[in-house]
Amino acid sequence: MSETASSHPATRNRRFPFSLRLEPRMKEPPRWYPAAVSLGAIMVALVLGGILIAFAGGDPFRSYAHIAKASFGNLGVLSDTIVKATPILLTSLACSIAFRMKLWNIGAEGQFIMGAFGAGAIVLTPILPADTSPWIFIPVMMLAGILMGAIWGFFPGFLKARFNVNEIIGTLMMNYIAISWVNFFIFAVWTEGGFQMSPKFPENAWLPRLLDYAKTIPIFSGLTTHLGLLIGIVAAIVLWIVIYRSRWGYEIRLIGDNPRAAQYAGINITRNTVLVMMLSGALAGLGGMSEITGMVHRLQTTPLAAGYGFTGIIVAWLAKLNPLVAILVSILFGALLLAGREIQPSGVPKMIQGIILVCLIASDFLMRYRVRIVRAGEEA
Amino acid sequence: MQAIINILQAGVASGTVLLFATVGELFAERSGVLNLGVEGMMLIGAMSGYSVALATGNPWLGVLVAMLAAGLLSQIHAFIAITLQADQVVSGLALTFLGAGISLVLGEGLSKAGTVSLLPSASIPLLSQIPFLGSIFFKEQSYLVYIGYLFVPMAWYYINRTRPGMHLRAVGEYPAAADALGINVYRLRYLYVFIGGVLAGLAGATISLAVSPGWFSEMTTGGQGWIAVGLVIFAQWDPFRAAVGSYAFGALRRLILDIQGPTMLLGMRNPFYYNPYWGFFLQMLPYAFTIIVLVIGSREAVRKRLGAPAALGNPYIRGERGL
Repeated sequence: MSETASSHPATRNRRFPFSLRLEPRMKEPPRWYPAAVSLGAIMVALVLGGILIAFAGGDPFRSYAHIAKASFGNLGVLSDTIVKATPILLTSLACSIAFRMKLWNIGAEGQFIMGAFGAGAIVLTPILPADTSPWIFIPVMMLAGILMGAIWGFFPGFLKARFNVNEIIGTLMMNYIAISWVNFFIFAVWTEGGFQMSPKFPENAWLPRLLDYAKTIPIFSGLTTHLGLLIGIVAAIVLWIVIYRSRWGYEIRLIGDNPRAAQYAGINITRNTVLVMMLSGALAGLGGMSEITGMVHRLQTTPLAAGYGFTGIIVAWLAKLNPLVAILVSILFGALLLAGREIQPSGVPKMIQGIILVCLIASDFLMRYRVRIVRAGEEA
Repeated sequence: MQAIINILQAGVASGTVLLFATVGELFAERSGVLNLGVEGMMLIGAMSGYSVALATGNPWLGVLVAMLAAGLLSQIHAFIAITLQADQVVSGLALTFLGAGISLVLGEGLSKAGTVSLLPSASIPLLSQIPFLGSIFFKEQSYLVYIGYLFVPMAWYYINRTRPGMHLRAVGEYPAAADALGINVYRLRYLYVFIGGVLAGLAGATISLAVSPGWFSEMTTGGQGWIAVGLVIFAQWDPFRAAVGSYAFGALRRLILDIQGPTMLLGMRNPFYYNPYWGFFLQMLPYAFTIIVLVIGSREAVRKRLGAPAALGNPYIRGERGL
């Protein structure tokens, strides 16, 4: 310890019998530690959020109790929670793979909307007639969603790789462009009677829902959980295998952790930048397809551009970029969004998301340093 | 001709918003801290400025509170990025979410609250008589626009010609050397992140109290904070280039709004009037131009070997090797 470092706590000790000392962590923390820190960060965030809700004239206890009851209270609302969680899961996967390479794709929102647009275009153009079998309809719409999302990810990825254009701003600008693009089609081409939405899709272009099987399994009646959940879980498992068990995933992780080492190892960073952005866009696009065919059933901006892309960023970060953990975390955030619709003031879910992310990023500090309480007079 | 003057005149006012936000971010980045929370800080500024002006009837008090509120918010980022040494990208994003969320919660119902007294505007006596340019820059502009004119050369002079400005650049380029010379790296970075926040708050108040008065939740800023972050790169961290970019984007913004109004354009039937749906493509333009401007800025940086402050985005840890 240098002279200045040791004299500073000593002067403080005169007033207070304990002092805090920060020491860099030398050893890996135990396995439970990261989860405990994240949980603690969420707790702190909820307390801070409660204080702000009270400040804005709301009742924090009632708000939180309402969130819990309105999202996990019974089978029906639990199903609604899962429906809300499905798009978040896919956008969080999109963010996970990009962030893993330290590519800051903030454009999942736009890629999500373009995915929905691609799926919608199959029905609305129409590329496939309305009486096509769902066995053809749904795979084609999935491909269209993936394709449009990948294209929307390709542009900023290419600009980053070729011209070193900051991908944060690139992807963000593409979000705004996507919304205007879809709005044009909703208003000018596919409008239903001049309203800001397209006509409803035929039912064979809908993803199957649990309530479709209510005749054989009565408990499913009224449950709107749709095939998108399964798509999301399969995507999460595949992505986990890609990131942790494949050569390509190893390359991506290496570029993210140490780009210079990756370059010396002969890994093509330019190509991987474009590919990862396209994969990220494709996952978000798949999310848009799942949402429009499973839930909204028509092309309409308001329910699609509801911020799933941004929530995905927080979920990915909270899940420490692990696709399997993201499944669990997205259900929690689905609950927050679902219950948040009825809470006053209406900005509360957004604010709580912001506070959670702030607390999470701040808590990362505890992963790198340990805080020790040193008694006055005790030698460190 | 008068129509063009009107658009450019409104464009200068609208560009003043971007100007404050861009130069504010420029200060923070020059000290080595990337703050992506500009959009959130602008929203806090727009909301608090509007609501204070509404409550007190004094728009200048609104501006003051807006600057303080956004400055306070910026200190969250400063604490996380400078003291806790966390990733500045994620922290800045978190700040945008937080700022948007808080301003939505506290600004609830504000949009229907009624009208406020706006910031006054004035013409500059002799200068406004200059043909063409006088009417664009010096006629019936808000006081804040004139503050913007003075602010740019002052910012340039401060950064490039004064001792504190030299310290600012040193902290952003080579913090270890600055530290060795007795400059307090941490304190300066906190200070310039705060200044960036204050200016973002001023930009927000410029929207809600002067340029397009009112509180329209997140649509109040509509991504201008992000455009400002992009403009800093285009500006190569230079206040004058930031001003050029800001006014150009302001003019573009007005042009898009106004071009759909008249039935005749340049002696022809105005296609934007007769095809209102083209408006959606017009709306894409500022965002598309931001990307184009970034391509230009990045290419130029490579060609001239210019670039970001060397320590931009890296936390400074005393006693550790590296920058």
